[in-house]
Amino acid sequence: MRQTAEGSLRARLRSVWNDTFLYTLLSILIGLLAGSVILLVTGFNPIEAYGTLFGGVLGTGKTRMYAVQYAAPIIFTGLSVTFAFKTGLFNIGAEGQYIMGGLAALVVSVLMPLPAGLHGAVAVLAGGLAGAVWGAVAGLLKAYKGIHEVIVTIMLNWIAFYFSNFIVMTPMFKKPNSTASVEVSETARIYTDAFKEHFGSVHIHWGMLLAPVAVAFCWVILNKTTLGFRLRAVGFNRNAAEYGGINVGRSISLSMGISGMLAGLGGAVQVLGVVGRITQLAAQEGYGFDGISVSMIGGINPIGALFAGLFYGGMKYGGSKLNIIGAPSELVNVIIGVIIYSIAIMGAFRALVFFFRAKKEGRPL
Amino acid sequence: MDDSLSGTVAASESPPAVDMLNITMMFGAFKANDNVCLTVPRRSIHAILGENGAGKSTLMNVLYGLLQPTSGEIRIKGERVSIDSPSRAIELGVGMVHQHFMLVPPFTVVENIILGREPMRGAGVMDMGKARADVKELSDRYGLNVDPDAKVEDISVGMQQRAEILKVLYRGADILILDEPTSSLTPQEIKDLERIMKNLVAEGKTVIIITHKLAEIKAIADLCTIIRAGKTIDTVRVSDVSEQELASMMVGRTVEFSIDKKPATPGEVVLNVENLVVRDYWDHEAVNGLNLTVRAGEIVGMAGVDGNGQSEFVAALTGLRKAESGVITISGVDMFNKSPRTLFEHGVSSIPEDRQKHGLVLDFSVAENLVLQNVGEPEFSRHGFLRKDNIMNHARELTETYDVRPAGCAAAKAGSLSGGNQQKVIIAREVTNDKELLICVNPTRGLDVGAIEYVHRHIVSQRDAGKAVLLISFELDEIMKLSDRIDVVFRGKVAGSVEGGKADQAMLGLMMAGGEAHAANR
Ligand SMILES: Nc1ncnc2c1ncn2[C@@H]1O[C@H](COP(=O)(O)OP(=O)(O)OP(=O)(O)O)[C@@H](O)[C@H]1O
Ligand SMILES: [Mg+2]
Repeated sequence: MRQTAEGSLRARLRSVWNDTFLYTLLSILIGLLAGSVILLVTGFNPIEAYGTLFGGVLGTGKTRMYAVQYAAPIIFTGLSVTFAFKTGLFNIGAEGQYIMGGLAALVVSVLMPLPAGLHGAVAVLAGGLAGAVWGAVAGLLKAYKGIHEVIVTIMLNWIAFYFSNFIVMTPMFKKPNSTASVEVSETARIYTDAFKEHFGSVHIHWGMLLAPVAVAFCWVILNKTTLGFRLRAVGFNRNAAEYGGINVGRSISLSMGISGMLAGLGGAVQVLGVVGRITQLAAQEGYGFDGISVSMIGGINPIGALFAGLFYGGMKYGGSKLNIIGAPSELVNVIIGVIIYSIAIMGAFRALVFFFRAKKEGRPL
Repeated sequence: MDDSLSGTVAASESPPAVDMLNITMMFGAFKANDNVCLTVPRRSIHAILGENGAGKSTLMNVLYGLLQPTSGEIRIKGERVSIDSPSRAIELGVGMVHQHFMLVPPFTVVENIILGREPMRGAGVMDMGKARADVKELSDRYGLNVDPDAKVEDISVGMQQRAEILKVLYRGADILILDEPTSSLTPQEIKDLERIMKNLVAEGKTVIIITHKLAEIKAIADLCTIIRAGKTIDTVRVSDVSEQELASMMVGRTVEFSIDKKPATPGEVVLNVENLVVRDYWDHEAVNGLNLTVRAGEIVGMAGVDGNGQSEFVAALTGLRKAESGVITISGVDMFNKSPRTLFEHGVSSIPEDRQKHGLVLDFSVAENLVLQNVGEPEFSRHGFLRKDNIMNHARELTETYDVRPAGCAAAKAGSLSGGNQQKVIIAREVTNDKELLICVNPTRGLDVGAIEYVHRHIVSQRDAGKAVLLISFELDEIMKLSDRIDVVFRGKVAGSVEGGKADQAMLGLMMAGGEAHAANR
């Protein structure tokens, strides 16, 4: 049996490699290939275009930090979606939770004078809390009223969206003669100018450090704690979890709350660290939906979400560089879209490979 | 294999329906089937008997094309075939009904049966009328008695199973494999199924049935093949052997059917239920005014025909369904409509009726399942962090004590275990909880006779350790063997009570059918 234990470890490593990592790389490759076909058809040289894109991202310290700046918020929303998914919930509401997080951060920054340093921390926490409440509403409705979280979170996204627009336009927050709020107060800013000479206009902010901390937080909760154990049990088999004495309603609410908190933190650090205000929006910005993509590219794994977030952030930033050679920056969206589709299709493809392998080795399906 | 036996079969009839020769099936390095031979004559009922994890389901999955054997040969009606998929098996006339049904609940019976084989009328238009007629005709011919228009989610487990059989027949199977068809059926439904199997054979079909119930084998099967640890032990003519002999062949030792049980020494009342009323799904008072007590140190059996409120009673007792009114106390503490968590904390442990729905998280490992309720205890977690080594050690210990197979399965997913071994995991967990009250609902469902004997001993030893045990089971034998007192439920009430040693089948049967309580005194 010792032997099988060892074998199973190796098999597990192999399966992680095979099933997730390689498939993801392959999907990215397919995405880039699809992008080059489009480039060719529209009369651009793919090598030149990709050179511009990746060179533009990886070229200097400054551009690399820009990519990180783009990545930070979507790492949070990616984690949010991932966490919910790991506990059997589909959080489409990261968008709304992100908005609420940003809004709460703004409100605290404007209305609650505190000494510098502390102010920022409190505002970030307020953002996390607001996101948590927004997520928990969906969790509570699911747990105690049986309303599916997908529907509730989609509706909550719109409520958050209009609520944010409304608050921003009230006299208390509106910046005169603009369609945006006032700036967050100086004391609540969480970025630093200390690296200005290295990174120029990039906003180096505490959220960039908080993101990997959040990754570790998710991973530890899910894999190492009794809380994660219970949340996952509810995700896999609600009935057995309930029968085993786990408070299912509480678990679902808590899980959505944690998920919402992660997205809310993303909104808060973006507002306090990068944007500095909230504008009245005509359409949702899509940070929450990007989170779904990040979660998928990351293989629905917290650590995966970190790298997927960086990748996606880099692509988003790099897209703007395509204008240099006259190629449309929307190309990046096409590439990401193809990657997502490939990953989804890979699921089917994987099932097929598994099927044939199983047949060959005589394993059951 | 017994030469004379296969000799007579071959000489007297056309080639056998199924001939599996030297089938070996490996899972990695593990041999689930090791040179197994199985010859099934046409128009016969052939039983396959073996311990939990012996490899019965595996062998049948090979025959049905779900698994490809590592080596060996299969002949169907004398012709050598390779069955690489279930659709190929169906082409060859082999059909299988799995232990866990595969029906679509919101669909009607007809819709389920024709799924994938819809009769068409022209381009893309389904001929429902014809489908219905065909299904009805089949149902009548074999006496299956299914309502073709009922939705699957509304019909009983027994009828769902008959619908599955109908589905297999609809696809033209003449060799039917039934994997533990009776383990979730009530005695009445089992009788119906036995009659149906005889009809099938009379109509020229061949039936292969996996079952752990020896009496059933004696009652219906012609031949029985015994498998132990993946190897064929023997194929015998059922009429030539006793149940006792079958059991010893399968386990490899003598099995004690009777249990050595000291007289009970009941103590304080642990469970007290008074005037309990519970509504069922359709808002009927399925339990109406039920009274019951279980004392420390006694086993109370609850017997009754299915549908007399037992399920609702247990659901209310275990916190899965809200009761309407009444009293439930555990050791004097009010436990009316409390959550499963509170019940657990106040000394209630239970083996649920549906092991896959309520008992196990199939995607969790065996080890994780074993700490599902008490992961918060200091042994398994500290400051909210899991102590994985302790959890694994705990699992190793329990799987060994309770003989959960294969050995060393602590890290395996619960879903990969054979059905009987899944049940053992639950029993191990609930019995080691060592609570004041142990509720057992059909605790030995799907277990082999050896394992049943073992579980029964555990239940009795819980009693001897001063625990209160409530046993609810469809198996009258089990109830009679273990109970110190038997309460018979009829229409949501306890209709009568008999001392364990004094009960007999006939008397209980009468009471279950609604006879007067004093039938006990005749
Ligand atoms: N997919 C699998 N991977 C590894 N081992 C397996 C797999 N399927 C079955 N086994 C093992 O093969 C053995 C035989 O399993 P099988 O399901 O055939 O048992 P069984 O005789 O039907 O038992 P039961 O009476 O409990 O249903 C068991 O030890 C089981 O754990
Ligand atoms: Mg089986």
